Amino acid sequence: MTTIKSLEDLKKAREEALKKRDVKAAAGTAQVIVGMGTCGIAAGARDTMKAILDTIEKDSLNGIIVTQTGCIGLCEKEPIVQVVIGNQPKVTYGKVDPEVAKRILKDHVINGKPVSDHVIQM
Amino acid sequence: MRELSLHLLDIAENSVAANASQIKIEVIEDTKSDLLQMSVEDNGKGMDAEMVASVVDPFVTSRTTRKVGLGIPLLKEAAEACNGFLKITSGVGVGTGLFVQFQRSHIDRMPLGNLGDTFLHLLIANPSIHWLFYYRVDDKVFDFDDAPIKRELEGISLTEPSILNYLRETIEIGIQALNTSDAGEKINSFKSAGEKK
Repeated sequence: MTTIKSLEDLKKAREEALKKRDVKAAAGTAQVIVGMGTCGIAAGARDTMKAILDTIEKDSLNGIIVTQTGCIGLCEKEPIVQVVIGNQPKVTYGKVDPEVAKRILKDHVINGKPVSDHVIQM
Repeated sequence: MRELSLHLLDIAENSVAANASQIKIEVIEDTKSDLLQMSVEDNGKGMDAEMVASVVDPFVTSRTTRKVGLGIPLLKEAAEACNGFLKITSGVGVGTGLFVQFQRSHIDRMPLGNLGDTFLHLLIANPSIHWLFYYRVDDKVFDFDDAPIKRELEGISLTEPSILNYLRETIEIGIQALNTSDAGEKINSFKSAGEKK
């Protein structure tokens, strides 16, 4: 039988996040933006999003903000993911399936090395 | 799109684009009346009657003025193919409500798919919006309101791994409970936990 999550579970989760956040604060924030227009969703953006969230959860990656955007006019390149790290310029990726999404998180967001074969030149 | 939950994600994005601060998504499966109903209600900028008429027909609006694309017409067509319909009520400055109904047992009805992923992704990716999710299967209900959770978090990001884990499990367990054969009961993990205090 499954157990229902309680308020206490949430308090524990919050404490854990607070501890980790203090450690991470110096490294600067990373923002990951997933294109969630009709075109993106039809091309599989929800699976891409799921891969990103699963990787953050499983690998305990702190300090990453995941948001979404609508159609940015590059429907044929969907699913599209954009990455902004600190003050660096935004990097836009196209044809991001779940595997590519995991590479973007590990290589670019964590290790600072963009996944060049999926970068879209804007 | 292959799943109704993907359509819901798409429709909810329209509400996000309409600058809504509160969005309520309802999904009801009723085996007795053989209906599957879904609705998305927002308090966004709304549309006038002319706009409402045009968003359901992709060939009437021009690219520059429309704020929604093919998403609504696709869902409308899917509903009408299953003895159902799609209805939009909207008022400028009031918000928009979209309601869609299917014959649940219709052979052409798309599967609901992963409703939990749709809920979780909307919640995580749009943290400034107040989300309300309601899913009922006959007499079993999953009722989720993110307000008490966000109050408790006091600004901690929803994408922190431990918070993400909490939210994902809360939604997954809540939805799973509707599809088990237990006697009908109201699953409302957060509120019931809070009330015991």
